[in-house]
Amino acid sequence: MLSKFQIFKIGFFDVAPHLLSVIPFGIIFGAIGIELGFDPIMTYATSLIIFGGASQIVFLQLLSGGASSLVAITSVGVINSRHLLYGAVLSEYLNKLSLIKKLFISYFIVDQGFAVSNIYFKKNKGQNFNHYHLMGSGITLWLCWQISTIIGIFLGSILPEALGLKFAIPLTFIAIIINELRKIDHLIVMVVSGLAATFFYNAPFKSYILISPLIGLFTAYLIFKFKK
Amino acid sequence: MTWTSIFIAGLITYFTRMGMIALIDKDVFNENFRKILNYVPSVVFPSIIFPSVLLNDYGTLVAITDPKIYGALTAIIIGFFSRNVIITIASGLTSYWFVIFVF
Repeated sequence: MLSKFQIFKIGFFDVAPHLLSVIPFGIIFGAIGIELGFDPIMTYATSLIIFGGASQIVFLQLLSGGASSLVAITSVGVINSRHLLYGAVLSEYLNKLSLIKKLFISYFIVDQGFAVSNIYFKKNKGQNFNHYHLMGSGITLWLCWQISTIIGIFLGSILPEALGLKFAIPLTFIAIIINELRKIDHLIVMVVSGLAATFFYNAPFKSYILISPLIGLFTAYLIFKFKK
Repeated sequence: MTWTSIFIAGLITYFTRMGMIALIDKDVFNENFRKILNYVPSVVFPSIIFPSVLLNDYGTLVAITDPKIYGALTAIIIGFFSRNVIITIASGLTSYWFVIFVF
């Protein structure tokens, strides 16, 4: 039977390859925060309080572009709604834990940690202390995200503005959804959402960021109906 | 105001993580709702990508020769084949800088 610490270490080693993308992403985020005009403490605070890479970029980008707080906050909620799916899957493995432990572990659930720990849970059903794997992967990712954000904040304040680092925002999101391009239904939904956002870009309070995803989801619904 | 927004956004994000684990019965979401959630990245991120690439700081369309267009197309092509996050971002930035600083 593996000890708590051994399982924690397995979580660390399983998630380690993902750090190759998480660390540069954190650095890019920190630099973008400064580039968008936010002070270092505020930029870092989003990593500590929100702790959700893509949503942090969107949040700061919208606020710097003049969006209302309500629009920016709602966008964060929409982007992070995928965690609900992760939670639904993980709850099966975590249901024996005390409420306090559940509340603590929840903070560390992110995409990459979910991916590796879910695989481990499936392979090791019934083993004690499995949640230490999720803590190992989650705390590793959390630490790297915090440190890389700070490095990015430092770099962002010394890099020249002429580099146009803001362009890293759309590039980061292209990288995140690139695999979905292979699915025709997702491709259609992406093009519709993107064109709608461009068309409604000048809507009040930057509300295009909520209008266009709704149009995209409606398109997805129509595709469902058509397939049936 | 921004600080308040950060805290509220943080609370909402924490709720999305904790809700299904500690509070809500997971069966409350039916299959259709789960399918819709799968589309969330595909509807949200293009809503950021398209205007960031196609529009300038004043909200009007850029020229077809804009460096951002080259950067985005390069990232899409390289990303499609490499399936690697960092290579995708790096290739897009490199071609963007190449057009700006070399041409």
